[in-house]
Amino acid sequence: MQRFTQLYSELDETNKTNAKVAALEKYFRSAPPADAAWALYYLTGNRQRRAISGAQLRDWVSQETGFAPWLVEESYHAVGDIAETLTLLLPDLDGDGADKPLHQVVQGQVLPLADLDGAAQQALVVATWRQMDRQQRFVWHKLITGAFRVGVGRTLVVRALANVAGIDKAVMAHRLMGEWQPNAAAYRALLDPDTEQADHSRPYPFYLAYQLEGEPESLGPLADWQIEWKWDGIRAQLIKRNGDVLIWSRGEELVTDAYPEVAAVAAALPDGTVLDGELLAWQDDGPLPFNVLQQRIGRKRLTAKLLNDAPVAIMVYDLLEWRGQDLRSQPLHARRQLLEALVAQLPTSDETLAIHLSPLVQPSSWADATALRDESRANRAEGFMLKRLDSSYQVGRIKGDWWKWKIDPFTVDAVMIYAQRGSGRRASLYTDYTFAVWDGEELVPFAKAYSGLTDAEIQQVDAFVRRNTKERFGPVRSVTPELVMEIAFEGIQKSTRHKSGVALRFPRIARWRKDKPIAEADTIETLRSLLAEVNG
Amino acid sequence: MGKLLELTESGLYCPEGDFHIDPWRPVARAIITHAHSDHARIGSRNYLTTPEGAGVLRLRVTGDWVTEQGYAPPQITTLPYGQTRNINGVSVSLHPAGHLLGSAQVRVEHGGEIWAVSGDYKTQVDATCTPFEPVRCHTFITESTFGLPIYRWRPQAEIFADINSWWRANQDQGRTSFLYAYALGKAQRILAGLDPEIGPILVHGSVARLNHAYAEADIALPPSQYADDEAAKSTRGRAIVIAPPSAANTPTYLRKFGPTSHAFASGWMTIRGARRRRAVDRGFVLSDHADWPGLIDAIRATGAENIGVTHGYTAVMVRWLRENGWNAWGLETRFTGEEQEEE
Ligand SMILES: [Zn+2]
Ligand SMILES: [Zn+2]
Repeated sequence: MQRFTQLYSELDETNKTNAKVAALEKYFRSAPPADAAWALYYLTGNRQRRAISGAQLRDWVSQETGFAPWLVEESYHAVGDIAETLTLLLPDLDGDGADKPLHQVVQGQVLPLADLDGAAQQALVVATWRQMDRQQRFVWHKLITGAFRVGVGRTLVVRALANVAGIDKAVMAHRLMGEWQPNAAAYRALLDPDTEQADHSRPYPFYLAYQLEGEPESLGPLADWQIEWKWDGIRAQLIKRNGDVLIWSRGEELVTDAYPEVAAVAAALPDGTVLDGELLAWQDDGPLPFNVLQQRIGRKRLTAKLLNDAPVAIMVYDLLEWRGQDLRSQPLHARRQLLEALVAQLPTSDETLAIHLSPLVQPSSWADATALRDESRANRAEGFMLKRLDSSYQVGRIKGDWWKWKIDPFTVDAVMIYAQRGSGRRASLYTDYTFAVWDGEELVPFAKAYSGLTDAEIQQVDAFVRRNTKERFGPVRSVTPELVMEIAFEGIQKSTRHKSGVALRFPRIARWRKDKPIAEADTIETLRSLLAEVNG
Repeated sequence: MGKLLELTESGLYCPEGDFHIDPWRPVARAIITHAHSDHARIGSRNYLTTPEGAGVLRLRVTGDWVTEQGYAPPQITTLPYGQTRNINGVSVSLHPAGHLLGSAQVRVEHGGEIWAVSGDYKTQVDATCTPFEPVRCHTFITESTFGLPIYRWRPQAEIFADINSWWRANQDQGRTSFLYAYALGKAQRILAGLDPEIGPILVHGSVARLNHAYAEADIALPPSQYADDEAAKSTRGRAIVIAPPSAANTPTYLRKFGPTSHAFASGWMTIRGARRRRAVDRGFVLSDHADWPGLIDAIRATGAENIGVTHGYTAVMVRWLRENGWNAWGLETRFTGEEQEEE
């Protein structure tokens, strides 16, 4: 575990991208595959559910060190992080710590905790404390508390691994998508220089668009562009390969079982097909608002009532794989032609078939497009997607060929970092939240919002806050950054009083983005560009 | 008879001897534990300190900037460690506190009762000052800056080894090393631990001024140059610069040194969050205050039954001491501890 611990310190000690990639490469070049697989598992944001509460660990550390429980609490209060508190309180080892391979530590001292009773957990925790040195303990505490984070984004890990394997970044990004077993064989397969062999379960990395900032005229002739409505649902890929059906959401979650009516569509698709589209709640011939779809997100049990109240369909707008061929390098107009042909072939007899082709909007001029865009709300859309007709399907968020052209520019996806109790009827609930956006690797608070969620959602957030409190400051708690919400607001102004440099008018929660991981929340640049837009 | 020492609005006061210890308002007679700004304030008429501490104290409490504020030039008298002076019938002596050059604990004895005031202290070794010596007393007034069990210092040799290897690694990448440390005490302690074989050692103006006082007290420090524009240019990518934390906010100055790496040396660097708030590349855990075991050892070694606790984790220390058989209470002083010891 020494090597992994060293990697952790190196990543932690620098905020320079190149230094981080160099540290990752050094690690992946030298670590045994069985260890590297687990390192990769954690570095890409996977983690185990916390099997032991912080309070329990503090109790055990009190017993182990002889420091009174209140003294441990005071220490925790000063440090604000459970893994770090434990590490700082435990006595130093006599001599060097054991250096077990990472995979053995994970399999012997992390994973089993979930299945042990309290006494056995304590025995394992104490035994581990007595064999690890300080830095190892810290990393291990992070692993067992489900809080391992090192400030490297997925893209950096992909870049480092691609360099180590000597293959293209996009191929590595593709291989890393989807379900991935942290073992030596899977790790070796990732590094396989033979890039032909496709993994049948994997989606392609999504091609994401930036918001168009200027006038559409700046994009050149209208004839070069394909215009579609921008749907307000969950971006997803529908895959049919080797008779298997998979639905991947953009949050890289396999959601096949959550949308059986969409999975059923795939029965009608030929093998070797990958569609890109939007999951939407659907009734008759049109989409329903996002909050209807919301009822389906994260639901484990699908009742007949739920399927009836909130039926879901997929609106498809791109074809990434056809007859087993990767089409991504083909121009959009060619992919669209094949897509239209494919959808047309589907049995029209079955009206309940939950697949729809996202229609093209065909304005006569950019001015006409601008006028049409104002009808977005009536069409249950958020605006337009502008896609260059000859664009390939690229990897990640890239400027140039695809643009979102949303009607309301004033929404950002933000991460909740503080919560405060409400007043009146909701005095016992955490109802007031502070939201942050990314500034590099850091989350900067920029808005407080306390309306927009349903009572049921507030209950859920309240439960989350209680389980994930990091620190308390009077009535305010800082929470583990995990919840992403879309914040809508009416105006934006420069502010020297706020750390973010902006003040918002009427910020409110537009919706809870359960489909988004925090890495996909907006950045401070988004706010700055909105500010620039307002100030002209 | 009242207490030997009591807390007044000017600070710790001995009614019997009519003197203050580290007063925060101007008084007639002030006994000074050490020259950090929260302990040595301007405006008093008479200061008593150790001969070693007189040089740095003079820099702190005399000069035009003091007279310009309407204060008469003060008198500074000295009392060597371990010698006793009778002040209005009270025996006063100074004893090494190990905090920085000339820092002292103040022992006060009257009518068979003995009190000791620690000032700031550390029990770790430090080549630039006389090591801490416990003072047997009935009542001990202790600081508690790092009074939590999470604060346990590693041997300073390990920290210096880390600093020197950080400096070397920066050199390999062509970076100038900026190490921020409090200008009085910490800066000189670090200088004494640097390996001059590695490269040129530069010091910021405020550190240079204090080094002078150290040189006059015969404390050996490795040769260093004043970090002006010229030195910056000629030592780029090779030097280590010892500067007070405030220098981190002077980008135009920093730019003269080419690519830089930044570190901060302080006990607070124990906690990662503190390091992040400082926005430095490295945090070296090096403090001139006692850590948790140091505080407890020091308190035990006094043999005192009564413990007054000042600046730091006062409530924690008091509770711990009471639970462990001492008679302890907190004192609301205006000392601030390591955090505020900036220039
Ligand atoms: Zn001090
Ligand atoms: Zn102090």
